[in-house]
Amino acid sequence: MNSALFVVVFITGLALVAAALWIAGLISPRSFNPQKGEAYECGIPTRGTSWMQFKVGYYLFAILFLMFDVETVFLFPWAVIVRDLGVSGLINILFFMIILVLGLAYAWKKGALEWK
Amino acid sequence: MFDFSIITHWIDNLLRSWMPENAALFVEFVLVGVVLLLTYAVIALALIYIERKVCAFFQCRLGPNRVGPYGLLQSVADMFKMLIKELIEIKHTDKFLFNLAPYIVIVSSMLAFGCLPFGRGLIAIDFNIGIFFIMAVSSIGVLGILLAGWASNNKFTLIGAMRSGSQMISYELSIGLSFLTMVVFAGTMQTSGIVEAQSSGWFIFRGHIPAIIAFLIYLVAGTAETNRGPFDLPEAESELTAGYHTEYSGIHFGFFYLAEYLNLFIVSGIATLLFLGGWMPFHIGGWEGFNQIMDYIPSVIWFFGKVFVVMFIIMWFKWTFPRLRIDQLLRLEWKYLVPISLVNLLLMVLVVIFKLHF
Repeated sequence: MNSALFVVVFITGLALVAAALWIAGLISPRSFNPQKGEAYECGIPTRGTSWMQFKVGYYLFAILFLMFDVETVFLFPWAVIVRDLGVSGLINILFFMIILVLGLAYAWKKGALEWK
Repeated sequence: MFDFSIITHWIDNLLRSWMPENAALFVEFVLVGVVLLLTYAVIALALIYIERKVCAFFQCRLGPNRVGPYGLLQSVADMFKMLIKELIEIKHTDKFLFNLAPYIVIVSSMLAFGCLPFGRGLIAIDFNIGIFFIMAVSSIGVLGILLAGWASNNKFTLIGAMRSGSQMISYELSIGLSFLTMVVFAGTMQTSGIVEAQSSGWFIFRGHIPAIIAFLIYLVAGTAETNRGPFDLPEAESELTAGYHTEYSGIHFGFFYLAEYLNLFIVSGIATLLFLGGWMPFHIGGWEGFNQIMDYIPSVIWFFGKVFVVMFIIMWFKWTFPRLRIDQLLRLEWKYLVPISLVNLLLMVLVVIFKLHF
């Protein structure tokens, strides 16, 4: 039942966008002008493409994020039953967390968290 | 307190007595879709109006007051204006990705919206991994924003999308860790289960120190996640024109606008769900008369009331703090919020294991 509802909500989202675009296509005006299709930048013709190499700093954070996000995924099942596991559950997961914190500490020491 | 599942069961039985099972199921699905679509649109319009009014009062202005009484119809008028604007086709864009991006943004916010419990028995999708599912689908929204910025082939949009991507994935961590903290406390990930677990007291009171820290972290990270307030670098008007949606016109832009406000609602809704008791009324132990009066207020009003309070706080942030720089933004997350949330998670585990909570 829930999975079916998931599909229903998904389709609702798609339908909202599709219907609004359809209505807009029916009632919105159309005019053609060669200047109109230019990229909105500063008035003079755009130089080159924007699909280019970009500052590496952003990607570095993406990699760090990957490490921590996978950790969160592993921690969720543990979090649900931590009440029943008690102290032994905490000790077991502590090793996992320490390795992770070491990873963060290493990245910090290496200067990966600095914006250069 | 009124249980909305009475209405849904009544409709279910009515439909089943009229038509075969499969047809009844189909009609119910269509009903769910239509109701969800309407609430989605109405909440978005109401939020845009509220945001403009709140913003106006913070700046000693009147805000919208011409269209309808107190300007109430202003956002409806704006919606129609957006619908009749031309959808300009830009040259040199990646057409497929450019058109795909609004779908991703809207669908991700719609899915997260469907998981919120609005009242007793009033929830569309009630997965047993509810809160995890919300985290998963709302992080897909980043993909839409990145695609929008990349596909537009414009320098402003590219910078906006990159900033937005790094900001949203970074703050996703604190959000995940504060979710985790509360899941440890609740012992379940099901959204309705989390609300039921708060019938004897809201988590922010029962979980005392770690819950309050998690709430504050969630509030900061949630503000960043919605690209609002002091964290609005992705669409900093004064630097990047409009950030990642510079090249979108008419209703195409409207989708990003809609999703942004709905994300604000979803973030406040999750804060309410996890910390402020969802649709549970406010109870004080021992005060029986007071508690009974509180029980008379319908659950939907409780939920929306709490959501609007949290939302007002997030709007307040916007007019209080100046915009951060990208390096300050990432430093705040990685050097302060992530270590604090990790320590806070361990603190919460200790509180739960040694039963130090109320």
